Amino acid sequence: MSFSWTRVGAILHKELRDYRRNRFVIATMAATPVLFIALPTIQLIAASATGKAVTLRVGLSLLYMLVIPVVMPSVVSAYSVAGEREQGTLEPVLSTPIHREEFLIAKALAAFIPTLTIAYAVFGIFLAIAALFAHPAIVSAIYAGTHVLVQLLFTPLLAGWAVWVGIAVSTRTTDVRAGQQLSVLGSAPPLVVIALMSLNVITVSTALAIVLAAALLAFDLLAWRAVAAMFDRERLVTGNRGRSTAGR
Amino acid sequence: MVVEHLSKHFGERIAFDDVSFEVGVGEVFGFLGPNGAGKTTTVRTLGTLIAPSSGSAIVAGIPLSPKNGPAIRSRISMMPESPGLYLRLSVRENLECFAGLYRLDDVRGRIGRALGAVSLEDRARDLCGSLSKGLRQRVGLARALLNDPAVLFLDEPTSGLDPVATREVHELIASLRERGVTIFLTTHRLEEAERLCDRVAILNTTLRLIGRPDELRVQLFRRSVDVRLRAPLDDPEAVFGAVAKVERWEQTPSGYTLAVSDPDLVAPALARALVAADADILSLAESHHSLEDVYLELVDEDVEAKGR
Repeated sequence: MSFSWTRVGAILHKELRDYRRNRFVIATMAATPVLFIALPTIQLIAASATGKAVTLRVGLSLLYMLVIPVVMPSVVSAYSVAGEREQGTLEPVLSTPIHREEFLIAKALAAFIPTLTIAYAVFGIFLAIAALFAHPAIVSAIYAGTHVLVQLLFTPLLAGWAVWVGIAVSTRTTDVRAGQQLSVLGSAPPLVVIALMSLNVITVSTALAIVLAAALLAFDLLAWRAVAAMFDRERLVTGNRGRSTAGR
Repeated sequence: MVVEHLSKHFGERIAFDDVSFEVGVGEVFGFLGPNGAGKTTTVRTLGTLIAPSSGSAIVAGIPLSPKNGPAIRSRISMMPESPGLYLRLSVRENLECFAGLYRLDDVRGRIGRALGAVSLEDRARDLCGSLSKGLRQRVGLARALLNDPAVLFLDEPTSGLDPVATREVHELIASLRERGVTIFLTTHRLEEAERLCDRVAILNTTLRLIGRPDELRVQLFRRSVDVRLRAPLDDPEAVFGAVAKVERWEQTPSGYTLAVSDPDLVAPALARALVAADADILSLAESHHSLEDVYLELVDEDVEAKGR
């Protein structure tokens, strides 16, 4: 039986319906952007327009934007498998013809799509507020260099990394909250490189940004293969490691 | 379904061992056993959620193997002990999700028919979280019927239900049986198995007995006649020993139990002998052993064997 987007769609649709009625997910999706748009915006509007401080403030503000695609999917995807297990819905789903790849892609998309939508929307709002209220020198600093490119390129890639880390943790944990904390922690390392770029510790050219993005994309793909290999129906259902198992 | 020498070990621990049986098309097959006997693990193995340690099986006509997992799962349905519904989704939304997972056509029609089978058409818009346990169990059954499974695995479907909800689930299973659905029912409720199943197997890590409930009674217990008298006999050996085909007798709190080869032949002669001995007969009937007697006898044997 081949890969089916119908089955992916069934899980994805279910997840998105479930999110809309899940107060915890709604709170996470609402609170994270509010927090990460409020702080940088206040910082920018209050900033004076002098030399190196402007660059630093802009870099710091844009770094806040990139925390959204790390934190939000980590929290949501850490719930994806552990939450199903906690509710007792995992066994009925795994008893259907769904392949592990279909299940994992559906779960990943369910965390990725809202994250990307919210992160880009927040960035758009940030740019609009900056254009309206910030000093012209700050606005031109935002558009100078590779800031916008870094935002556009790294938002989906960081989200992808965080999603796979979250799902990986979720397949192995029985405690959703512990899983979420571990997941945020595990998703953070790529943010260090982004922070060095945003704060101009590493001077980023367009070419370097693309190379780093390609490297992160490779890590995302590796993470996806690792998570698929870790996915073991027997372990998920019984808590015991399977042999070759009916893992597919 | 054909199962041959199937075993599952988790390291040193044996979940079930050397289990063999067959289930025919349209049969309701009861799988009985005490807690921890390996019933649920057997179901999960046959449902391709767990890989067997050894042995082979054919499920819904397809050999059990990792490669065939999705194909087998598309032809069967499993309802675990807890129905596992998405509580924030409505009944219809739950069924729509599973219809998508089975890639079913005519989703609306199938959901309508499945809900009709469990008499829940008017609850389709209700959130599953707002339903009682009995209604959730019925939604679980509706979900299991969506794909018209060749084999339906029901794992303790009445566990934790009150008597009314239990009766409703029993009626549903009986109606599925009338529709020719092959059902593999695991339970430790013996009256449930006796009432619903064509054949039963008793598992206690290994398969202890398999057959129709009445066959199991004959297999495990000698045929016997229970005699109740107003007062004990002065010399029971003289009375019972004189009746042909009475193999042995024993006194019980309520009278006497006589092991016989054919109760229909012995009963008239026995009645005459008792009347001749001036006994006041209250009742004289063939002993009836329930499935519960069979089950307890086997489980007790296992406990004794472990103790030795």
